Amino acid sequence: MTESTVLSPASEAGTRFNLIDCDIHPTMKSPAELHPFLSKRWRDHAATYGGHIRQGLAETLSHPRMVPEVSRVDSWPPNGGPPGSDLPFMREQHLDGLGIDIGVLVPLRGNASGQRHPDYAIALATALNDWQVDKFLEPEPRLRGSIIATQEDPESAVVEIDRRAEDRRFVQILLPPRSIEPLGKRRYRPILEAAVRHRLPIAMHVGGVGGHPATGAGWPSYYIEEHHSQVQTMQAVIASLIFEGVFEDFPDLKVSFVEGGFSWVPAFGWRMDKAWKTMRDEVPHVRRPPSEYLRTNIWFTTQPMEEPNPARNLIDTLKWMGTDRLMFSTDYPHWDFDDPRYAFKVPLTPEEKAGIFAGNAANFYGLS
Amino acid sequence: MGRHVVARVDEVDIGKSKLVKVAGRDIALFNVKGEFFAIANRCPHEGADLCKGQLVGLAESDEPGQYRMTRHGELVRCPWHGWEFDIRTGKSWCDPARTRVKSFDVSVANGGTVVEGPYQAEIFQVSIDEDYVVVEI
Repeated sequence: MTESTVLSPASEAGTRFNLIDCDIHPTMKSPAELHPFLSKRWRDHAATYGGHIRQGLAETLSHPRMVPEVSRVDSWPPNGGPPGSDLPFMREQHLDGLGIDIGVLVPLRGNASGQRHPDYAIALATALNDWQVDKFLEPEPRLRGSIIATQEDPESAVVEIDRRAEDRRFVQILLPPRSIEPLGKRRYRPILEAAVRHRLPIAMHVGGVGGHPATGAGWPSYYIEEHHSQVQTMQAVIASLIFEGVFEDFPDLKVSFVEGGFSWVPAFGWRMDKAWKTMRDEVPHVRRPPSEYLRTNIWFTTQPMEEPNPARNLIDTLKWMGTDRLMFSTDYPHWDFDDPRYAFKVPLTPEEKAGIFAGNAANFYGLS
Repeated sequence: MGRHVVARVDEVDIGKSKLVKVAGRDIALFNVKGEFFAIANRCPHEGADLCKGQLVGLAESDEPGQYRMTRHGELVRCPWHGWEFDIRTGKSWCDPARTRVKSFDVSVANGGTVVEGPYQAEIFQVSIDEDYVVVEI
């Protein structure tokens, strides 16, 4: 990877927005909140059988978290319900509190891509999209939605993407990086084709249940191990997209990697480039050095902010990867939330700041 | 410098906290087993309100499989990222030299003694029959 020679200038879109948050987690006060969007057949199914994903304990995470609901202690709404379930409180504490112009919802509950019952998965994806519109997008114009689609059933995913794409309040397609196979595999290609056709970017937010151990070395014992093992998953997905030739087939495809960190990106690019120089003939369809695709088709969100010691080392990382690749995110209301005022412990130029906090995301989502 | 009356002792239950404003500063007041402590409210890591943090003990271990909990309720755990601050010194457990909050001397005094002298009761109607928490700044 070469050094970025020209940092992205503050785009025109960026001048309209000061702060775009690419990762806000909405949730339901209770599972019944989805009922109006599910037919009786699927409400009955949920009540009788519930979700069924590729791990034990279907309604929980693979490793217990350090705080209830994975959330900030101060984010529980005073009127009850879990963090992220109360729009008035989300407005007050988060959107108004931080002056957020645009906030992108990343709903993780339900896990439509991970459901093993194919028809329940389809019903759940549709319900989660209707629920986003009804509960958040209609009443709050600052919020944008993510299209939930069934990754493991690409044909059905495309039907749902086609249904939602006209509603431009949905700004991206949300997929989990921990899938049965990495996203570049040919069987997922219809989803990527639909994304390009509708000019919708894809967001890969950490998580997902593909049935594989959390790390390539097997199951870790502790949350503290699993927490950053997401980096391995993100790298596997990126390598898959690049080496399967996805960006040659779809040069306009945009993909963001959300909550997986970014300090590893330059070294990953260097390593892929080195391998490409000697093994290029295995994948001759990959016509450019891999790090170039990192520069043209892939974005990263900032949270959880990297905190190197000393802090100024971050400046090198930003220089190597290019600040035009970074989009600010808070992860509200989750515990590892970043505050836009304090997250960066190094000074940024006004141009870098305008790009990271709004302009890059405005370009990514096509908000300009 | 001054001694400020910030709360009646019965306003902050054991294990609980209260945000008080003293001389323009936000201060987190804690009741640890009946003893009061005060530290600056803003977490130096990313700015969360420490008064909303939980009072926790210290988990320590000399070897894998051996655990002990000590200093019950004497550390405040930041409500966001979980940084632990020693309620007595304001120092964080993981980075005590650099990541620390200011701590303030706290005492309890009877209303009869605080209505006169160097005390400043900015918000309170002080009664001589009650006990008050006094923070020194």
